[in-house]
Amino acid sequence: MTGRRVGLVAWHVFKESVRDRVLYAIAAFAGLLVLGSVLIGQITAGQDLKIIKDLGLATIEIAGALMTIFIGVGLVSREIDRRSIFALLAKPLPRWEFIVGKYLGLVLTITVNLWAMAAALYLVLAWQNMAATESARLSWPAPALDPRLLWAMVMITAEMALLTAVALFFSSFSSSALLSVAFTVGIFVAGLASTDLRHFNDIVQVHPAVGRFVGAIGWALPAFSEFDIKSQVVHGLPVAPGLIAAMVAYAAIYAAAAIALSVVVFSRREFK
Amino acid sequence: MTIRARAFIVVLALAGVSAAAGVLHAREVAYPPAPVSQRLLYLRSGKTAARIMLDFDALAADVYWIRSIQSYGRDLKNRNQPDRFALVGPLLDLTTTLDPHFLIAYRFGSVFLAFEPPNGPGRADLAIQLLEKGLAADPTRWQLAHDLGFVHYFHTRDYAAAAEWFERAAALPNAPSWIGPLAAVAKAQGGDRQGSRQILRGLAVSEEAYIRRAAERSLQQLDALDAIDQLEALVQRFNEIHGRYPSGWQDLIADRALTGPPADRQNAPFVYDPATHRVSLSPESPLMPLPEMLRR
Repeated sequence: MTGRRVGLVAWHVFKESVRDRVLYAIAAFAGLLVLGSVLIGQITAGQDLKIIKDLGLATIEIAGALMTIFIGVGLVSREIDRRSIFALLAKPLPRWEFIVGKYLGLVLTITVNLWAMAAALYLVLAWQNMAATESARLSWPAPALDPRLLWAMVMITAEMALLTAVALFFSSFSSSALLSVAFTVGIFVAGLASTDLRHFNDIVQVHPAVGRFVGAIGWALPAFSEFDIKSQVVHGLPVAPGLIAAMVAYAAIYAAAAIALSVVVFSRREFK
Repeated sequence: MTIRARAFIVVLALAGVSAAAGVLHAREVAYPPAPVSQRLLYLRSGKTAARIMLDFDALAADVYWIRSIQSYGRDLKNRNQPDRFALVGPLLDLTTTLDPHFLIAYRFGSVFLAFEPPNGPGRADLAIQLLEKGLAADPTRWQLAHDLGFVHYFHTRDYAAAAEWFERAAALPNAPSWIGPLAAVAKAQGGDRQGSRQILRGLAVSEEAYIRRAAERSLQQLDALDAIDQLEALVQRFNEIHGRYPSGWQDLIADRALTGPPADRQNAPFVYDPATHRVSLSPESPLMPLPEMLRR
């Protein structure tokens, strides 16, 4: 029964999210940027393919983050604003099922969008592959339709699943969507710099205690920077499957922890 | 709102944008933007740039790569600009720090940097530094070791170092077979046109279109040098036969030594100076300037 209820909430979130205009605006922007990368590639002294891949993957990651943040923070607060939360909680639906369902629904929405953008990128690359001469193809460090790009997509999907959990956490206790956006963006940016924070003592000369304190923050923050293998796959360099498995496991564990916290916070909330 | 009113607002908005562009143009005429050499590169440290760019350092490297090309191209055109090519080195350094595997940035960048004035800054030292940085990031790239040999051969004229780098390149994985003999060529025929030709032929089959074009241009320069030697020999022969030097190409054509006015491989006519009896490339030729080290 629990699985069915969680599934229903998730499916409802998916249906609601795909109707959101913000989603289409971001997806259209990303699509335009991926297509525009072909034009940018023309002024790069033969590095068009690298630029298309770099720009395409970066666009997918940024668009994914924007979708996650702007839809994720409204997941709970919108229900409260619209007062639909009262009707939902009056039903035999435990609060933890509500939170988990919301999370899975948004992860499904984001995943579908990310992979649709990846398909658009592959279409652009396929066109580039057809238009290129044989000698141009030989100069590419990796084939245009390199399946290794999919590893980068797996990492971006895992990264966004983790970011969704963070956005949901802030959405569960803050009534202000603006504050939730600010918190989530802050954590995302800090997480992208988490490698430097963890090794703060090696980068900046500070008192060891300060270094340890900043380092501890670096370990506690979600390590979004560690999901970045875009450069390796674009250059056709090998990526260890163990690394990908480790980061997917990390995202799953951290997201589970964040959702657990969200459940705790949400279960203590009182709605008037 | 009626359709006519909407159309009127759209036209008004477009007129507004055009008017704003007109104001901007007037501002540029009245207060011209700073010349290229005075423009600043705000961020010079690649490591700082990598931190600021978070996850997007490869994308930032692409942006700096495009800026490197633009900076080189702009300075190549503006020959009277002070501090020409001053930004090319720092921009390439930023590009390759942000993306240490950006092979073409090392390869083409070293070509930019090593070119003698007026086609480049003539900074073979920076070209070597850039290529060594690339090899430190990826020691298995034969292309970078080969290019180090090339820069030593053509720019620092250190033929022993060139031979050493060609040997190292030949030993790296996937190195093409034509690199091996280049070490011997550099040792035995350093500074010699035939040796240079052999080294350039290797580059002329490179997969990189831009490097191929640079090698083809250098091969055409060697052909031009050979043609100048042959034309000067014809001038001397004319003097031996007629007891005077030709006054122009017409004399040699009338003497059937030539079938028509001679031109280089870019179809720019060779110039004969009746006063000095020397032959040179047309100043308009795309092959100018010719490599001094290979003149006889």
